[in-house]
Amino acid sequence: MLFSVQVEVRLREGIADPQGATIERALPTLGFPGVRDVRVGKSIRFTIESADEATARAEVEDMCRRFLTNPVIEESSVTLEPVEATTR
Amino acid sequence: MSARVGVVLFPGSNCEHDVVEAVEALGGEAEILWHRDRSLHGVDAVVIPGGFAYGDYLRPGAIARFSPVMSAVRDFADQGGPVVGICNGFQVLTEAGLLPGALQKNRGLKFLCCMVELRVETTKSVLTSAAEAGAVLRVPINHFEGNYTCSAETLAELRAEDRIVLRYVDNPNGSIDDIAGICSAGRNVVGLMPHPERASHDLLGSTDGVPLLRSLLDAAVEGMQSP
Repeated sequence: MLFSVQVEVRLREGIADPQGATIERALPTLGFPGVRDVRVGKSIRFTIESADEATARAEVEDMCRRFLTNPVIEESSVTLEPVEATTR
Repeated sequence: MSARVGVVLFPGSNCEHDVVEAVEALGGEAEILWHRDRSLHGVDAVVIPGGFAYGDYLRPGAIARFSPVMSAVRDFADQGGPVVGICNGFQVLTEAGLLPGALQKNRGLKFLCCMVELRVETTKSVLTSAAEAGAVLRVPINHFEGNYTCSAETLAELRAEDRIVLRYVDNPNGSIDDIAGICSAGRNVVGLMPHPERASHDLLGSTDGVPLLRSLLDAAVEGMQSP
């Protein structure tokens, strides 16, 4: 089965996020004074061929732990959906 | 015969020739090691230099650890061979799991390029054996992700085992416990953010990096003598 995967990588709580802080400081000058807690992450998308959803998820989580994130400073969440045969 | 230091060149490294120059000025031999090589060509010590290996894609150091040369560096380190990672090289060593912790972006949001003062915290490492404990060295930094961080357990372990090799006198980047450099449990792998090779000649404004590079050459010579 083919799955469409989105991995969202975020900095862990307490890890410095200069991009987020800079964006937060810029927004009031555009007339958005109420914005707080800006955090910048990244999104990694791909498709994966796996026997079933549980296997695909386990593989992606293994990738996250070993490569896509640095667990010392980052965390991730995985969204996974089967790709319909007709769209292949 | 003088000691031979291998300097790893990844696509995007940019301090390799500075290290070669500094090593040769101290009477050592230096050789550039290409990242696709599976062999270290029998060198006696390895330096992973500064720069932006693989463009810092994904995270600094994240891709470099997959280079064929890194398997050889890992084997060399496991056998007690001296390995020093400078700046981006430190990031590569943490990503490769040869040193604990990680380098996050500097507190204060700025890329930092300036001279800093470092205190030698231990002389029991391949980078500080020829330095004096407690000595303050002027060595430049040049980084955005130099803010060392690690878990509370790792920090306790680093302290208990005397593995914090260098501390900033005036912390420039927010590093936990003012850490500028650490070593492995075996004390033969050292990572540091400051650039000793850029403090190796009067013309560069400081020669305080010399005792550090001298220590590495001493460790390399020792490695040649032991079977």
